[in-house]
Amino acid sequence: MDQLAIRVDQLGKQYRIGAMPTGYRTLRDALVSGLKRLGSGDFHREQETIWALRDVSFDVMQGQVLGIIGRNGAGKSTLLKLLSRVTEPTEGFAEIHGRVGSLLEVGTGFHPELTGRENIYLNGAILGMKRAEIEAKFDEIVDFAEVRKFIDTPVKRYSSGMYLRLAFAVAAHLEPEILVVDEVLAVGDAEFQQKCLGKMSDVAQEGRTVLFVSHNMSAILRLTQETIVLDKGQIVLRAPTPEAVDFYMTSNMARSGEHIWEVPPADGDAPFLPRALRIIDHQGRIADRVASTEGCTVEFEYELRRELTGLRAGIYIYSSRGESVQVRPAASGPRRGAVRCGRRSIGRSWSVHVEESRPQDLDEATPRLVPCFGRGLPAGAGGRNATG
Amino acid sequence: MAEQTVVRDAGEIPVTIIKPSRGWRAVDFGELWRYRELIYFLVWRDVKVRYKQTLLGAAWAVLKPFLSMVIFSVIFAGLAKLETDGAPPPIFYYAGLLPWVLFQDGVTKAGTSLVTGSNLITKVYFPRLSIPLASVVAGVVDFGLAFLVLIGMMVYYGVAPTAAVWTLPLFLLLALVTALGVGLWLSALNVSYRDVGYITPFLMQAWLYASPVVYSTSIFPAGLARVAIGLNPMAGVVQGFRWAILGGNPPPAGLFGLSVGVAIILLVSGVLYFRRTERTFADVV
Repeated sequence: MDQLAIRVDQLGKQYRIGAMPTGYRTLRDALVSGLKRLGSGDFHREQETIWALRDVSFDVMQGQVLGIIGRNGAGKSTLLKLLSRVTEPTEGFAEIHGRVGSLLEVGTGFHPELTGRENIYLNGAILGMKRAEIEAKFDEIVDFAEVRKFIDTPVKRYSSGMYLRLAFAVAAHLEPEILVVDEVLAVGDAEFQQKCLGKMSDVAQEGRTVLFVSHNMSAILRLTQETIVLDKGQIVLRAPTPEAVDFYMTSNMARSGEHIWEVPPADGDAPFLPRALRIIDHQGRIADRVASTEGCTVEFEYELRRELTGLRAGIYIYSSRGESVQVRPAASGPRRGAVRCGRRSIGRSWSVHVEESRPQDLDEATPRLVPCFGRGLPAGAGGRNATG
Repeated sequence: MAEQTVVRDAGEIPVTIIKPSRGWRAVDFGELWRYRELIYFLVWRDVKVRYKQTLLGAAWAVLKPFLSMVIFSVIFAGLAKLETDGAPPPIFYYAGLLPWVLFQDGVTKAGTSLVTGSNLITKVYFPRLSIPLASVVAGVVDFGLAFLVLIGMMVYYGVAPTAAVWTLPLFLLLALVTALGVGLWLSALNVSYRDVGYITPFLMQAWLYASPVVYSTSIFPAGLARVAIGLNPMAGVVQGFRWAILGGNPPPAGLFGLSVGVAIILLVSGVLYFRRTERTFADVV
């Protein structure tokens, strides 16, 4: 097993920015800028460029599952695109031993007009499966996706959950020597996500080489032994996963004292939509870190689409590795309207009190849940995560 | 896509080298062959999807040339009294329209194929040539359906095929080669310049009238005008098609050779341009 699977040597990818703001330009633009350059005698107009990835070198042994983490724009996806040959590097080279299956997105090439059955074949072929291979796995794929009843229905009639399940199922049954995976676990409901994660860890245990990009630290921790941390297009650390995750969480992620859900993660018809989560220090400012000796407020903003009975709210605090530090799910809401609950701490022990708020007190568009807690917050843990 | 991406078999495991590429590149036929199943599925998809959610479905494959034929018969033969070399106007126009529609559809579909397929290009690697290639080949199915109607029309008008009917596949091939050549140029240009989408309909209209679809080449005096028309491969195709079915004057061998030469130049240059620009498709599209 100690054979080289991937060798990356000083790989770099440069993108032009500014010159093509919309991604493409018209013939007229090309002609006009050409003429302008002729007129001004400036043939070497400098284009603004950015190195999405630069000077990246690493080896991966066969059978190794390597995690890649980093903030948005750190170059993770660019690296995967280069290794799966979607785009060409600007410099450096990579050597890949074995067939590469790339999963940069689920459902690549799905056609809405085709049925589930037809899309399995099409998508499978696009991902590099042979026809016989698809045929052999067909039933397995359908069962995994739980769409047997709708297999001959055009996928445009599928619910988004069914669509994603089918898309993931096809992808999950790829069997190349090297699998390159970009953030595909974020599909479906919680149950299906667990199933996906389980499937991915099966894949990892089958001795295949996997490069796995994710923002989901618990998935990274569960699936990989070693992880690369990318920042601004360069490798800043390669270490055993727990260490790499700690490093990343404390150096990058925890810099934000506010998280805003831009796209509601829940289904459109869910009655409860999270909007924002903020850590507010004792002076009332959004803070990315708070001293353990000072109080702070965790503000959780959400939207209620309709009245809920028995809404429960609480706070779970995890360490940067995803271990649970504090679990306070106790606060139960009023029967009607939204909820306002607070937490006060005395020393290290926590007390919880719940304020019932009448519906007319609430800003209807954005009712808020404002739990507060003071001393005793294990703020040194760095990463934090809260659930309302 | 990376050039000099040598895939050599070291024992059982293929080794791929990824590095920046420069200059012109030849077609990797071996790779295209390895991806033949994908090309098959892309063709299959194009055929399946083409008439989805239409009331008439695959009947459109026949109706497109048929309705054009009706219009041409009324206007050009009926009103303008254009010569149809003694053949019944409907069959004269229909026989010309069949290869023309194959060409026009192929060029149009291939021209937009990379942009429509941009979600594939930016997410998965496969030989990019397979996308426009599949678009052109998918038109052959439509052609086959429309051809059945031609046979029906021949029976109706009592037109017996000539002895030269065996040459039909050659003309068909020439139409496909030309369509692919032009389609490759347009598809690669379309990735950077969306103007292509606006230019293509006019290009096709001009090309239609530059080809002897609505008229017969016999309206031109022998000489320079006919040589000029020989520069257009589709002129050779349309003329040859009619000749193989209806008889009459065959395309002169010299001019036909010229047509073939031009078609090959279009294809080779199209492939080279495509291969040269494809390395940036995923970044630009």
